[in-house]
Amino acid sequence: MRYSALRILREGLTGNKGWKPVWREPDPKAEYDIVIVGGGGHGLATAYYLAKEFGMRNIAVLEKGWLGSGNIGRNTTIIRSNYLLPGNEPFYEFSLKLWEGLEQDFNYNAMVSQRSILNLFHSDAQRDAFVRRGNAMILAGADAELADEAQLRRELPFLDFDNARFPIKGGLYQRRGGTVRHDAVAWGYARGADERGVDIIQNCEVTGFDIQNGQCRGVETTRGAIKARKVAVCVAGSSSRVMEKAGMRLPIESHVLQAFVTEGLKPVLPGVITFGAGHFYVSQSDKGGLVFGGDIDGYNTYAQRGNLPVVEDVAEGGMAIMPMIGRARLLRSWGGVMDMSMDGSPFIDRTHIDGLYFNGGWCYGGFKATPASGFCYAHLLARDEPHPTATQMRLDRFMTGNLIDEKGAGNQPNLH
Amino acid sequence: MIIDHPLLGPRDAAEFVYLGDVSLIDRPDWQAEDAMQRFHDYGYLRDNPAGLHKELWYHEQGDRSWLVVTRDTTTHEITAVELARDVARDRGRDR
Repeated sequence: MRYSALRILREGLTGNKGWKPVWREPDPKAEYDIVIVGGGGHGLATAYYLAKEFGMRNIAVLEKGWLGSGNIGRNTTIIRSNYLLPGNEPFYEFSLKLWEGLEQDFNYNAMVSQRSILNLFHSDAQRDAFVRRGNAMILAGADAELADEAQLRRELPFLDFDNARFPIKGGLYQRRGGTVRHDAVAWGYARGADERGVDIIQNCEVTGFDIQNGQCRGVETTRGAIKARKVAVCVAGSSSRVMEKAGMRLPIESHVLQAFVTEGLKPVLPGVITFGAGHFYVSQSDKGGLVFGGDIDGYNTYAQRGNLPVVEDVAEGGMAIMPMIGRARLLRSWGGVMDMSMDGSPFIDRTHIDGLYFNGGWCYGGFKATPASGFCYAHLLARDEPHPTATQMRLDRFMTGNLIDEKGAGNQPNLH
Repeated sequence: MIIDHPLLGPRDAAEFVYLGDVSLIDRPDWQAEDAMQRFHDYGYLRDNPAGLHKELWYHEQGDRSWLVVTRDTTTHEITAVELARDVARDRGRDR
């Protein structure tokens, strides 16, 4: 069924009796060409692009819980492509371009809103670094715009420009950045994949891999064994736990990132704003709540909840740039488990086991990457060669020395 | 989280800096034939279990000792805290 304004009108006049379930709930078949482990945003996007762009049909997506029950529904919904390094920036710009056409592409309202993202800077040295970043973005085909203090004083008068410790000297805009309704991304991709014959199988946990003579021939699940020519793992947050079943040890630690939402307010924030001297980012949802977050807690955890010191740190960051936020009452907070990699960048690669592929290590940047991650993973699975924008996201890059370390923080995952 | 420091008693985890997996104590032999591979594994690969995890914490805002904390990564419950020095000696290190 195609969604359109006309369809809404027709259904409204006929008692809304024509709406159908958005995807089927099939039982797993004994064998598929490709089995994707993980029914989150990236897994569903992979299935969608495999079917739509690469003509594959015999695909299953296996999900331990329900669709989108992981980080696709636990993030702060921001999209942007303001990276620096050549191993990253073209990939994220590819992702942003896919976001721009996504709703028309999969005929689903994901509320993609390019309301801009602004990274504030607070010193001359930081301005220099942001100019460099802006230039790198423009070179990769993205948009970047330097705003001085006078411009920001006109546009965002509520910021604490004269903060004694971290005065605001300007910012780097990416006007094409913004926010997206995150659950709708999972649903839209699931619907699009299902329409093209992909079996989406929920409540089906992978408990092991069928590996013989260095070749992966399928998976063991709580709903029986499933054979596959290729198995594509896509379970960021739980990557180490799943790949351990294939005997692999990964360059990844799992950490918790907390996020917060206030009560609904009248429109106050035009776009996404980030603090340059600490870790704090905020946007306003269409319902009016201020959605914000900061640093990861910094220790290995799978608990999907964090501790109070980081709550305090995030609140301090907010108060430092935007004192009015102190008047808002916090409605809820939550935590999501992140694959934190050793250089802060992700992996889309083959493993040393034939037929077993790995996508993970998204740190806390996975949401914005969803479309390109799915597209590039599908490209790798269908053609056995990496997509041109994802050639450096290799699992062996720590051995070869080709790290993609945006922050230059080294092999300390909780610093990325 | 509260870390029960073996010398100082219960301390707020915010006083500590987290380093990670306790395997970082076992620095490889730099003269070994396969030192390259071993240092790669030592520097970049991590045990990352859901459940009991032995990990290194540094008491930066305290007595600056390194501790080995045994913590459940699914509940944050801490079940053992040892001085890293003692753990390293038990593993055959001289200090």
